[in-house]
Amino acid sequence: MSGENNYLLEMRGITKIFPGVKANDNVDLLVKKGEIHALVGENGAGKTTLMKVLYGLYDSDAGEIFYDGEKINMTDPQQAINLGIGMVHQHFKLIDTLTVTENIILGAEPRQGLAINYDRAREQVEEISKKYGLKVDPDAKIQDISVGMQQRVEIIKILYRGADLLIFDEPTAVLTPQEIDELFEIFNSLREQGKTLIFITHKLKEVKTISDRITVLRDGKSVDCVETSSVTEKDVAELMVGREVLFRVEKDKAKPGKEVLQVKNIHVRDNRGLKTVNGISLNVKEGEIYGIAGVEGNGQTELVEALTGLRPVEEGQVFYQGEDITNLSARKLKDRKIGHIPEDRLRRGLVTNFTLSENFILGFHHQSPYSRSIFMDYKEIEEHAKSLIGDFDVRTSSHNNLASKLSGGNQQKVIIAREFIQEPKLLIASQPTRGVDVGSIEFIHKQLINKRDEGTAILLVSAELNEILSLSDRIGVIYEGEIVDTFTAEEADEREIGRLMTGSGKEVKTGE
Amino acid sequence: MSDLQTTKTDTGSKFINLLIELGFALFSILVALLVGTVFILLAGESPLDAYHALYIGSIGSWREFLNTLWRATPLIFTGFALALPFKAGLFNIGGEGQLLVGGFAAGFVGFYFTGLPSIIHVPLAILAAMAAGAIWGLIPGLLKAYKGAHEVITTIMLNYIAIQLTIRYGIDRFRTGGRQALPTIEESARLVRFVDMAEMPIIGQIPLIDVFALPGLRLHLNFILALISAAVLWYLLFKTTVGYEIRAVGFNSSAAEYGGISSSKTIILSMVIAGALAGLAGAGEALGTHHTFMSGMDADLGFTGIAVALLGRNHPFGIVLAGILFGGLTQGGLEMQFVGIPSEIVTIIQALVIFFVAGLQMLKWFLLKRREKGETE
Ligand SMILES: Nc1ncnc2c1ncn2[C@@H]1O[C@H](COP(=O)(O)OP(=O)(O)OP(=O)(O)O)[C@@H](O)[C@H]1O
Ligand SMILES: [Mg+2]
Repeated sequence: MSGENNYLLEMRGITKIFPGVKANDNVDLLVKKGEIHALVGENGAGKTTLMKVLYGLYDSDAGEIFYDGEKINMTDPQQAINLGIGMVHQHFKLIDTLTVTENIILGAEPRQGLAINYDRAREQVEEISKKYGLKVDPDAKIQDISVGMQQRVEIIKILYRGADLLIFDEPTAVLTPQEIDELFEIFNSLREQGKTLIFITHKLKEVKTISDRITVLRDGKSVDCVETSSVTEKDVAELMVGREVLFRVEKDKAKPGKEVLQVKNIHVRDNRGLKTVNGISLNVKEGEIYGIAGVEGNGQTELVEALTGLRPVEEGQVFYQGEDITNLSARKLKDRKIGHIPEDRLRRGLVTNFTLSENFILGFHHQSPYSRSIFMDYKEIEEHAKSLIGDFDVRTSSHNNLASKLSGGNQQKVIIAREFIQEPKLLIASQPTRGVDVGSIEFIHKQLINKRDEGTAILLVSAELNEILSLSDRIGVIYEGEIVDTFTAEEADEREIGRLMTGSGKEVKTGE
Repeated sequence: MSDLQTTKTDTGSKFINLLIELGFALFSILVALLVGTVFILLAGESPLDAYHALYIGSIGSWREFLNTLWRATPLIFTGFALALPFKAGLFNIGGEGQLLVGGFAAGFVGFYFTGLPSIIHVPLAILAAMAAGAIWGLIPGLLKAYKGAHEVITTIMLNYIAIQLTIRYGIDRFRTGGRQALPTIEESARLVRFVDMAEMPIIGQIPLIDVFALPGLRLHLNFILALISAAVLWYLLFKTTVGYEIRAVGFNSSAAEYGGISSSKTIILSMVIAGALAGLAGAGEALGTHHTFMSGMDADLGFTGIAVALLGRNHPFGIVLAGILFGGLTQGGLEMQFVGIPSEIVTIIQALVIFFVAGLQMLKWFLLKRREKGETE
């Protein structure tokens, strides 16, 4: 059935069933040689599953795969690698304490007798790095380099193993806007050199910018495959969700009340002991959303952790409803109804080996009605889980499933549901829509606005400037651990904020 | 993504997993015994006779079965002592030392206080044992939580200290005869043995209680305590906030921290409970089995407990079963020696079981991965 056409990869009729879920239901995916093929769909639509079938991580229950015109029976990743298929996972699989070069050659070391030929290895790494514009420092340790560079290491790693077809599962979710631009340059140069790319993302703008063709999955089925140039972002969103999607957030003007959070000139250090928050002051009132705009890595993480009891405040004070809460424990802050949506759902937000029921009470497990003294009421906990799964449209077959079995976006919804339902007085939301599909973004944004209108004070941190602009009533721009300027929603100007985020406004400010 | 039947598949796969666990446990024992035949043949003995003796000696008769349970009792406790901290992500190698200090404390209270009624003397001795074991768990717990000292190192060091403190210094300080032991405990401090139950008031009324009236049988009350502990431990782990926090810390300490759970407190608590449980093992040996604290009493029970926990998959009920299995190996091993198999061979076979249990555990993880590929990650 193949041969005449120019498809590098044909996946036909792929079906993959998990206990209780048909993750892929007769899916077709046809990828042409040398194209960038976007794979889109709602959370839980089956994108990651399809790619894992292709990469030999899952066995499919039905369907055929043709690669380069030949039918293949993929059994494990090693076979995929031998065929020239490489995958950049959403969560990198690098070893922190090894160097860039060591990570790249791991398991495929160039040898000289019994010893590893490091000089040869470095040369090869540098060669690939130059050829595709993948800037890395071959001798740096993984733990010391940025997320963007870690991703480039992953890419070099699969190119080093001779990949022709590269799979990227939500590569942009963890990147700053600038890093995304750099990644797309790399994509372009890969395409120019004849490589073929499959690219999963929830950001339709990215799909429009970089892809040649798009396959849309919905509820495990492939609903369409279209030329990117022939559709708009809105079309794609509708194909994904099956209804019209609002991209604009509709909200009334905020009616701020009393001050809830007051941060006075705090200083915080990061894991390496460097001062990353240098005297930040801000306040958030009842019924308003204070957005922090900034390029990631400018102290947002440390600021949020300091406000939620996960990192010591070195200097300065934090007040909550008039009470000094500086350096109170995370438990005490939770008990005071301070909600927290953490930026890293897998590291902080979820115990992935716990069931959904257990995750829905993380942080509240010691409170009634989920427990009395030390005795937990699992019946109550399960009821709680069932109602949240319904209310927040978490796609799963059972509240008894482990959180690790959920798709990325659905994991995020579990966290959102957990924090929202406790009716926080102050909600600290960090990257609340990361990895979440357009329909769910709309939902989460609406929920945030609802909470605001109910009187919750919300501190929103997001790397998406759009998200900040469309939700916030006041905006602070963070740069190198300082709030360099603040705006009200009316005065906010995208270009100006963009400039301040990259530090170009700093001199002006200090000159005042 | 369409919903198929859900709850049924959930319990179904749970049951299948359980069967797989059991199958693997039995398989690893089988392999160990098979490899063991090589050694028996090398020693010029008949494997058939040897294993027949092992069977007869462990579960071949009601009496031997009860003896197996008696041997299993301390192993079940030391198994718990490894398993609980393991759930919190810690490797407690200190069961041996915790058992020793517990046994010493029980033995000491048992002989030192005289004239106490049984109803006070026994609980007092047991509590002393649990407290001593708990302290021996607390120290590495504190060092881990506040100084980051690795628990494997500190618990091993504490094992040596426990040996010096109890067997060397402790016994020498109080012993009366030539025996390397504390003075024999008072009668009032003895744990009830099953043999004597038929003659006791109330308990003696229980129908069929005289099936235990076999002279010389040393199975004692601590076995019942082990079963109760298994149930309590299971409840603690899976139905209380304490267990929730222990498991959360073990799975993902950053997320636990986010959830307001103090890792340090959890680590310390799990080590304290583990120490107390190992202390109970010591109490049983001192108050039930030997009626004294003596050198050699520990008989590597703490270390064998590690294998017991491993084979029992760190699950309270699994550990009870695994403990009984290892108890059977010890008990049946005696019979093997009796029919002329050198004791070294017996030891080798026991070691083989431990080795294959650990080794095949790896194989199982590998195979499960492959199987799950067709199903789950
Ligand atoms: N290992 C697993 N075991 C059981 N169910 C699974 C497993 N992995 C995925 N699923 C289920 O299969 C469905 C598809 O998941 P998948 O991860 O492929 O979605 P996705 O399209 O990548 O979503 P997202 O955009 O949120 O990452 C989901 O309903 C998910 O719960
Ligand atoms: Mg996914």
